[in-house]
Amino acid sequence: MRNHTALPTRVLLNALAVIVFVFSAFPVYWMLNSALLPTTAIQDSTPHFWPDQFTLRNFVSVVTEPSGSIEFLPALTTSLIVTMSTVVFALFFAFFAALALTRFRFRSRRTLVVLLLVAQMIPAEAMIVSIFRVLDGWQLLNTMIGLTLVYLATVLPFTIWTLRGFVGGIPIELEEAAMVDGCSRMGAFFRVTLPLLGPGLTATGVFAFIQAWNEFTFALVIMNKPDTRTLPVWLNAFVQATKATDWAAIMAGSTLMAVPVIIFFLLVQGRMASGIAAGAVKG
Amino acid sequence: MTLALRGRRLSSRRRGELLPYLLLIPAGIVILGLTAYPLIQLLIMSFQEFGRAQIFGAPPTWIWLENYAKVLTDPTFWVVLGRSIAFALVNVITTMSLGILIALLMSRLNRGFKLLVSAGLLLAWAMPPITATVVWGWLFDTDSGVINYVLTTVFGLDFVNHSWLIQPLSFFFVATVIITWQSVPFVAFTTFAGLTQVPTEVLEAAQLDGSTGFQRFRFITFPYIRPVLLVLLLLQIIWDMRVFPQIKALQTIGGISADTSTIGVYIYNVSIAGGNLGAGGAIAVILVIVMMALSAYYIRSTLRQDES
Repeated sequence: MRNHTALPTRVLLNALAVIVFVFSAFPVYWMLNSALLPTTAIQDSTPHFWPDQFTLRNFVSVVTEPSGSIEFLPALTTSLIVTMSTVVFALFFAFFAALALTRFRFRSRRTLVVLLLVAQMIPAEAMIVSIFRVLDGWQLLNTMIGLTLVYLATVLPFTIWTLRGFVGGIPIELEEAAMVDGCSRMGAFFRVTLPLLGPGLTATGVFAFIQAWNEFTFALVIMNKPDTRTLPVWLNAFVQATKATDWAAIMAGSTLMAVPVIIFFLLVQGRMASGIAAGAVKG
Repeated sequence: MTLALRGRRLSSRRRGELLPYLLLIPAGIVILGLTAYPLIQLLIMSFQEFGRAQIFGAPPTWIWLENYAKVLTDPTFWVVLGRSIAFALVNVITTMSLGILIALLMSRLNRGFKLLVSAGLLLAWAMPPITATVVWGWLFDTDSGVINYVLTTVFGLDFVNHSWLIQPLSFFFVATVIITWQSVPFVAFTTFAGLTQVPTEVLEAAQLDGSTGFQRFRFITFPYIRPVLLVLLLLQIIWDMRVFPQIKALQTIGGISADTSTIGVYIYNVSIAGGNLGAGGAIAVILVIVMMALSAYYIRSTLRQDES
């Protein structure tokens, strides 16, 4: 049908496409642009539309000169540890659970599957009230373990749900063949199924990474001391302290926080976008 | 990736096979301990007097429905709830409309321009919500924001030192821009995927018969993509009712928080900042009930899709 489009229509469509692109990408560009300009340039009455006074000073100052108690590096460390722990444990636990739900038939299997879906829809904004209390009671407030456990509980339902689909796509005959050759059932799972789950584990791993890295609500409630902040909470505090004086630094901080996730996201969602074209829905 | 399950299961020939249950233990403990248990605790706390004294160890007393009575008769609660619903509706309508339009646009573009639009959408989708809020807050900055500059110089309107966040309605306009910007990519990509399933022979036949584009959309395309749109609509409503990071961070940048809180922020203010976990718990339980009611259709349709 595209071949039948008249030239004026084509020009209009292409112009619209450019407008959509600009509106979508401009904020990301502006973040980078402002981060690479000196603060004095940022505060000029005429904005600099590209980094004509290129500087890396903002990045250096964000990382090395903590303003007040708003240190970047501890927040980065906390985010990295919590996020990586969440990913690793989520993948293991979800792999086991997905095996249980796909390869075995037992009572209450269907109920568990429904509960997995229900769990995904419970709003975190409501749970903060009791999570705060529960973790406080277990002495886990302001601990990385506490936050990791909460994140695990948050990502596990979707991770299990997704891995179910991938495990289901691996022919059971392969495991049976391994067991005929003398493997135990668990052995077959580890030696046959797990290696074939590469794409599934990557997709769910990256999803868990992005969820944990970006998460703000629980982190704000659970890690409420300055030295236990994660990056999102750090950014919020940094904005509060610096918005009157140094937006260039804030943009540098934003870039530092966003870049790892943007890279991961583009790597995986590029493939997800084609997966979406094949019929799946979750994004 | 499809959710269809191929392959048989290793049926448990020995009665009482333990392995599946063992495999479920790690995930089960985490989910039970940090989702089910806190959910029960939430319900319990909503029926109790649970303030700062109790946080520090005093035993809570059972006051049953008193928290709920106080909350439901508090005009602030209804203002916040109304605000949240109105905000969600505006966002849902804007996001769905733009998303569908962009999907339709993408279906008519040549490969190069389609790639361009996809790249832009992916970037917007990839930005962490909190970072997006901060960056848009900077774009809308009162003194040095580029939007004020463009409005003043290019459009000749006087937006010098215009504060976008001080007025609640304007605050929510900015919030709507942020949330729409972030949410449109998902709607656009998913709708576009649905559009590719529409059989082109039917559309071409209709075009040969002399139908307008709008007629083709209304009578052929729309019925095909309606299930996808319904699911998207539901998800958007649910997510837009839940907005917390964007509102909270925008309040950090500017505006009067009492006038701009949505229900998530309100729960936070009452329970965490204000120390009243009992009342906050009651509001939270109400939110959970509303959310689960909204989610029921989505859960059912996903289960149905899963079983097919």
